[in-house]
Amino acid sequence: MSQSVGKYETVVGLEVHMQLQTKSKVFASDPAQFGADANQNTSYITMGHPGTLPLLNEKVLEYAVRLTLALGGKVNRSTGFDRKNYFYPDLPKGYQITQDRNPICLGGQLSIQTGGKSREIPIHHVHIEEDAGKSIHDQNDRFSLVDLNRAGVPLLELVTEPALNGAEEVDAFINGIRQLVQYLEICDGNLEEGSIRCDVNISLRERGAKKLGSKVEIKNMNSLRNIRRAIAFEEKRQAAMLDRGEEILQQTRSFDADRGSTFPLRSKEMAHDYRYFPEPDLQPVLISQEYIDKIESSLPELPWQLRRKYCSALGLSLYDAEVLTDDKKTARYFEELLETEVPAKAAANWVMGKVKSYLNEQQLSISDFPLSAARLASLIKLVEAGKVNQLTAQQQLLPALIADPEANAEELATTLNLIIEEDGNLASSTIKQVLDDFPDKVKAFKGGKKGLTGFFMGEVMKRSKGKIDPKSANKMLITELNKV
Amino acid sequence: MKIDNQLVSRLSQLAKLEFSAEAQEQIKSDLENILVFFEKINELPTEGIEPLVYMNEHHNVLRADSVKQLSDRDTLLKNAPFQDGEHILVPKVIDQEKS
Repeated sequence: MSQSVGKYETVVGLEVHMQLQTKSKVFASDPAQFGADANQNTSYITMGHPGTLPLLNEKVLEYAVRLTLALGGKVNRSTGFDRKNYFYPDLPKGYQITQDRNPICLGGQLSIQTGGKSREIPIHHVHIEEDAGKSIHDQNDRFSLVDLNRAGVPLLELVTEPALNGAEEVDAFINGIRQLVQYLEICDGNLEEGSIRCDVNISLRERGAKKLGSKVEIKNMNSLRNIRRAIAFEEKRQAAMLDRGEEILQQTRSFDADRGSTFPLRSKEMAHDYRYFPEPDLQPVLISQEYIDKIESSLPELPWQLRRKYCSALGLSLYDAEVLTDDKKTARYFEELLETEVPAKAAANWVMGKVKSYLNEQQLSISDFPLSAARLASLIKLVEAGKVNQLTAQQQLLPALIADPEANAEELATTLNLIIEEDGNLASSTIKQVLDDFPDKVKAFKGGKKGLTGFFMGEVMKRSKGKIDPKSANKMLITELNKV
Repeated sequence: MKIDNQLVSRLSQLAKLEFSAEAQEQIKSDLENILVFFEKINELPTEGIEPLVYMNEHHNVLRADSVKQLSDRDTLLKNAPFQDGEHILVPKVIDQEKS
């Protein structure tokens, strides 16, 4: 679905930087973890001291190939590194090691869903590069402070074709990438903490035009909300300029979150000349078919494969499938439930309903949910077997089980007196009681107010404290009402 | 290719170097000589020949993903002209950019 400002159509291309979850950096053995004191995680290699040599981390290569295969891209069998030259204090060597000529991944696509429609977004390439350090400008009057802990942390940069039509698709794409890298376990996917950062290239063109307009690049975005705001701002700004017949300068801009607007960082005349050349310190990397096959066979089931399975084999709705596969841990939990042979629909309803709302209330992730899938399955089975009614299970048995996660669900239900009376005596006596207590309502029912069935049923369930099976009780109630 | 003042000024900007007018003249003639040399090399017929990038045949020189602290902060910071015991201090760089 394309969004437009009046007669224009928005075209967006993304550069998505993903920080890889390795123990050490891409070219040196310094720890790659966040949170250390400034400059604790650095070394003479990262600082580019003369005579030191970088050495490629094999995990980085493996993760890059994983992503390539998951995106359906072509693994570049002959890959290697280049230097991108520029000066900045947080770039200790005066150049960044990246891949310019032979990126690891060529092509590929990611399918996104917007407005109920599915579309393949083509990917130009993915390359490996090292992150820069961090400059801090506001802690000292005279100096900028440099912390090189992040310098050399491995990144994959994914570059899309200019193929996204507006903020909604951009949102869906970034979410899809976040989800994918989490499934692949190559990046934690955390935008807020900067594990995924995006440069957003936006241009406008008249609807139907083939030629792309001049693009504006907005650097370093790490919040979906701000990306949406920045795109909205640029759509307005560029449309107004085009309407006035002005030329749009190819520019790099930054987003000011406080003002909700973008401002120029540098324009094209000032554009950096990076003078790429082959990195002489790193040997080329040749990738064998065996290596690719080995990684391919180790790929986990991917979110879209699970969704297809849930919809076709399990008969769940697309919505259910999307919620269940949103993050890998939820999908994993659901899969474990399925292994216990609980009916898929019931399992889905529990995970998306009561489990999810409990986790939201407690602000927990599913990996912190006190009940194992097997425990929850035993509770679901009690409901499915008609031994405990659904509402009682949700409102009483589940909290009791969460409070005592090692307990046996059926024993607990028995102790708490929640097991449905099988003989139907309780149901019929409760129904009789309710009808006796509300003679005027019974009269009204006979007079045609059929909607009162719900009222009677509510009373019956309340008085029986959930110990009767609502379905059979409902039938009995209707029979009784028709008799009076 | 002619090396003019404009090109020298652009190159010195990229290299973050400043030259006196005198030095600039010297550099112009040095660069021109270097280019003449490369033009000479360029005369060789190289069609259909892959560019040679590496001087040896090694490839796939990888390391395992394990952490090893190679040096400590105090030692590393010793080489910085200015430092505060934790950070390297550099002249303030504010390139119209937010901190």
